[in-house]
Amino acid sequence: MTTTLNREDLLRAYRTMRTIREFEERVHTDFASGEIPGFVHLYAGEEASATGVCMHLERKDYIASTHRGHGHCIAKGVDPVGMMAEIWGKATGTCKGKGGSMHIADLSVGMLGANGIVGGGGPLICGTALAGKLKADQSVGVCFFGDGASNQGTIFEAMNLATVWNLPAIFVAENNGYAEATASNFSVACDNIADRASAFGMPGVIVDGFDFFAVHEAAGEAIERARNGGGPTLLEVKLSRYFGHFEGDQQTYRAPGEVQKLRETRDCLLQFRRRVTASGDLTHDQLDAIDADIKALIDDSVVRAKADPKPAAADLMTDVYVSY
Amino acid sequence: MARKITYQQAINEALDQEMSRDPTVIVMGEDNAGGAGAPGEDDAWGGVLGVTKGLYHKHPGRVLDTPISESGFIGAAVGAACNGLRPVAELMFVDFLGVCLDQIFNQAAKFRYMFGGKAKTPVVIRTMYGAGFRAAAQHSQCLYNIFTHIPGLKVVVPSNPYDAKGLLIQSIRDNDPVIFMEHKVLYTMQGEVPEESYAIPFGEANVLREGHDVTVVAIGRMVNFASEAAAAAQKKGVHCEVIDPRTTSPLDEDTLLESVEKTGRLVVVDESHPRCSMASDIAGLVAQKAFGALKAPIEQVTAPHVPVPFSDALEDLYVPGAARIEAAIMKVREYR
Repeated sequence: MTTTLNREDLLRAYRTMRTIREFEERVHTDFASGEIPGFVHLYAGEEASATGVCMHLERKDYIASTHRGHGHCIAKGVDPVGMMAEIWGKATGTCKGKGGSMHIADLSVGMLGANGIVGGGGPLICGTALAGKLKADQSVGVCFFGDGASNQGTIFEAMNLATVWNLPAIFVAENNGYAEATASNFSVACDNIADRASAFGMPGVIVDGFDFFAVHEAAGEAIERARNGGGPTLLEVKLSRYFGHFEGDQQTYRAPGEVQKLRETRDCLLQFRRRVTASGDLTHDQLDAIDADIKALIDDSVVRAKADPKPAAADLMTDVYVSY
Repeated sequence: MARKITYQQAINEALDQEMSRDPTVIVMGEDNAGGAGAPGEDDAWGGVLGVTKGLYHKHPGRVLDTPISESGFIGAAVGAACNGLRPVAELMFVDFLGVCLDQIFNQAAKFRYMFGGKAKTPVVIRTMYGAGFRAAAQHSQCLYNIFTHIPGLKVVVPSNPYDAKGLLIQSIRDNDPVIFMEHKVLYTMQGEVPEESYAIPFGEANVLREGHDVTVVAIGRMVNFASEAAAAAQKKGVHCEVIDPRTTSPLDEDTLLESVEKTGRLVVVDESHPRCSMASDIAGLVAQKAFGALKAPIEQVTAPHVPVPFSDALEDLYVPGAARIEAAIMKVREYR
């Protein structure tokens, strides 16, 4: 496969994927030590999807995310330092410690929120896309959702509405094979989620979610079509999550060695590194430098999150209304 | 200049004036124009009862017909509000809340808080409620109490044409999600309404009649029955203070409490079911905050704890009317 990405793009793509991986591995470790409150759902293994899609987006473009939203946040430009503080429940967090892992949002970069409701983002992204269309600002909206959400009525309604109104919306189904502990082989009635696209009058595309370049190319086509008034697309990204549905999930429903094999043979970061070094576009040294840089960034984010203050008692009652 | 128009016309006028004033205001809903994609006329309905009729041609491209897909388009209105528009979405009957509640109470209502005060969601959801049309159990409920329970939402219950216009204009200009409840029986109610644009602030109750014997607080359509009952009680020498909160969230607690401090007797009238209702909410508020002033147990006049029945013989029994309110007024007045 050929790519139109230049060196700078490749470095940016690798940096984003590595940031997500490092962030999630670190949250995994710290959660296990019992220091992080609540529950978290980690995106490790799926980095190529958020990165490949969001590389095409600008600030004016919105994304809606899921309960597994850290990767989407980072790829859309939310500050990982603020995110880490949010996950630790600190006043310095992206949402002042009021949202937590499942509700990280930053509208200033077009991130409409991780979402605790499976399928909640579909209708919302129709709305941001509608606003973009009426403002004629050439923006698009991207709804990330999982194989679990693919069976929710909200997603069906959103896809139908997007075609009816010819919205610049892209529906990215991240099929990681499991909705909680139930396989998508069981819960999705058709062979592929993308097969449903024809029912809603839009193109359906299946892409290998371990391959950044494949996601980048397929998403680029869909986003360009949407920007040019060509309407919505359903993109099914087939991938896998390396950790459980939530941290603490023993994953007894998975085959023994399943994740280990994927990590060794198909990992998106590994594949990316092999390809760009083999082609001569980037060197191992360049990528190693990014690895070190990101490790320092995430280490620092944890140090700061631990030291940062928790919200004050008075914060309980603020931010409910603009005015009341 | 004021002239007499209906509640329905007042709502249409408020939408028209705000759409003219602010290009970010859009209207969407099932058949809000009507006729989309069909071979006949466009703007065929203007909403199922014609409330939005005429806006489609006056404001091209800003009145959107939707599929019958409430989660889809109510959620789209919420998303559009996050991206710079001021959408007014119509949930045809409030009973259809059952198929779109998530987008209202888990999404719109919570964004500002969950996102640490960084989100603004200026969406209005207009919806038709109430019994009296022989529309039976799935097209006649009130449900404003459900919205009132949710932090992050504002809930508006206009009882007359003047309030309908001023409160809808305020709803559209407001920066928080607003549920605007239109009683279907009131659409034909006539009243004096200024032609010019005006906004009525939220959380400011309207005292329709002053009196020192009994406080009567009523919601929506019930305000008119309460006024009727108060007029009848007046003939028997009982002077009622009739209060219309206008908005159940925010609620003008001060005006209610000050009135009860004066009268010591309270009747609350609510067309909804009695449990976890506005009636029980206001009764609880007064019992807690004006206990010392009370001279009689609080009377709650509500619909019974049953679904709304179809047959006129039953529906007329279901809806609280002036006679029941008057009886409650006399009961609290005579309590010793």
